[in-house]
Amino acid sequence: MSEPRWRPSASRRVLELRARVNARIRAFMARHGILEVETPALLQGTTPAASITPFRVADGHAPRWLQTSPELPMKRLLAAGSGPIYQLCHAWRAGERGRRHNPEFTLLEWYRPGFGLAALMDEVEALLAWVTEGLRPLPPFVRLRWGEAMARHAGLDAPYTAGVEVLQSVLRQAGVEVDAAALGPDLDAWRDLVWVHCVEPALPEAAFVHDFPASQAALACVRPGDPPVAERFEAYLGGMELANGFFELRDPEEQRRRFAEENRRRAAAGLAPLPEDSLFLEALESGLPACSGVALGVDRLLMWLTGAETIDAVLAFPWERA
Amino acid sequence: MASYSTNEFRRGLKVIIDGDPCSIIENEFVKPGKGQAFNRVKLRNLKTGRVWERTFKSGESVEAADVLDVEMQYLYTDGTQWHFMHPETFEQVAAGEAAVGEAKKWLKEQDLCTLTLWNGEPISVTPPNHVILKVVETEPGIRGDTAQGGSKPATLETGAVVQVPLFIDVGDEIKVDTRTGEYIARASKG
Repeated sequence: MSEPRWRPSASRRVLELRARVNARIRAFMARHGILEVETPALLQGTTPAASITPFRVADGHAPRWLQTSPELPMKRLLAAGSGPIYQLCHAWRAGERGRRHNPEFTLLEWYRPGFGLAALMDEVEALLAWVTEGLRPLPPFVRLRWGEAMARHAGLDAPYTAGVEVLQSVLRQAGVEVDAAALGPDLDAWRDLVWVHCVEPALPEAAFVHDFPASQAALACVRPGDPPVAERFEAYLGGMELANGFFELRDPEEQRRRFAEENRRRAAAGLAPLPEDSLFLEALESGLPACSGVALGVDRLLMWLTGAETIDAVLAFPWERA
Repeated sequence: MASYSTNEFRRGLKVIIDGDPCSIIENEFVKPGKGQAFNRVKLRNLKTGRVWERTFKSGESVEAADVLDVEMQYLYTDGTQWHFMHPETFEQVAAGEAAVGEAKKWLKEQDLCTLTLWNGEPISVTPPNHVILKVVETEPGIRGDTAQGGSKPATLETGAVVQVPLFIDVGDEIKVDTRTGEYIARASKG
């Protein structure tokens, strides 16, 4: 691009649209009695995750970490009896840069005590209808299980139990070339590869995917059964991942075990372990109310509203111009 | 040995895949929010010209290819090798038929070409975008017809055949775009 780097990459029209979307989000939340909160972006602990690396900030004292989402401090507010809350804020994820990724991005995150996932999916759909009103027609959301999506679009007979070899043969048939040795025996990495190549592009224009494999639960409860599944959903618009929701895990022991497991996976991938957030774990010990929560990528919502091909078109200053 | 991590991938980067030097044409970062990150990469094999897509696990490293583009003057061919010379160092390099490929029908002595060298060996030859070549065979020209449409094939001194306007004659020199194989203008009258 020959345009000077000091200039914004989003047009004036898109900047106006962003302001309008933010105002509509706040109006929706106010109408639904959800309290706006602000929590620190620079935290003493992290959310250890195998595939998300936070930025470490040093000022000569103990390191701080830029939040990868406001999840942990918001759950501390919930544990302290805040009731329903939301936050519209920036989050940071190191190394995530691409057509749909900027390492610094805007999240809308909200929590609903007493809600199950179905009720929260309804609310996500209602929010999107409210925000997109008169801007772009929103098709009704199709709800499907992760396994249904994998069966329909990747042709898997037993998606939850299919092993690495079955997934490899699906990828071969789809003409996807990859270095198998580099990916190794990590079943979830192979599932993700099938997902991004075969399933994501074929999803309905507006879709909720739920019942993820138990190993992809992150901070969601696992519902026992055959197979056990994660009580987690993802919202998709135009084949683009827009939001991730959990029926939130409340058991501190299970939470510690998952953080340790994520750090084990980081070590196996040659990544440094991340310190867990002890204040969050103390809050879980004291008791988190049964609740569901969701994080929605506001930049991606703007991409869908404007039909933008790249996230740069909806950001004032993307990473290289920041 | 030098290598590049996927986060250094960018258009034009030269890497070795399955033993062959390749150039990155496109690099797309994809990642499910809670899952593994990948780079979907479109590559061109610099030896065969094949373009294809390969997916890398983000963070994976790939060996760098010591590939260099050099401007060299075309000297002559002995039928099996095409000989080039560096215009300043006078160093000479011979390229085989596989490396010269389609370029051979545009090669005229003393023209400056771009040679892609891998570990010092030529793997491809790119002729200048525009070359001036003499017509050695074509139907007789229609005198004065410089404005009318219509075209006819003409064989050039290098063996290339291009469509030319009807007024072009044997002995004329014409300017051709080597990227499209199209006639641009008459350079001199024979």
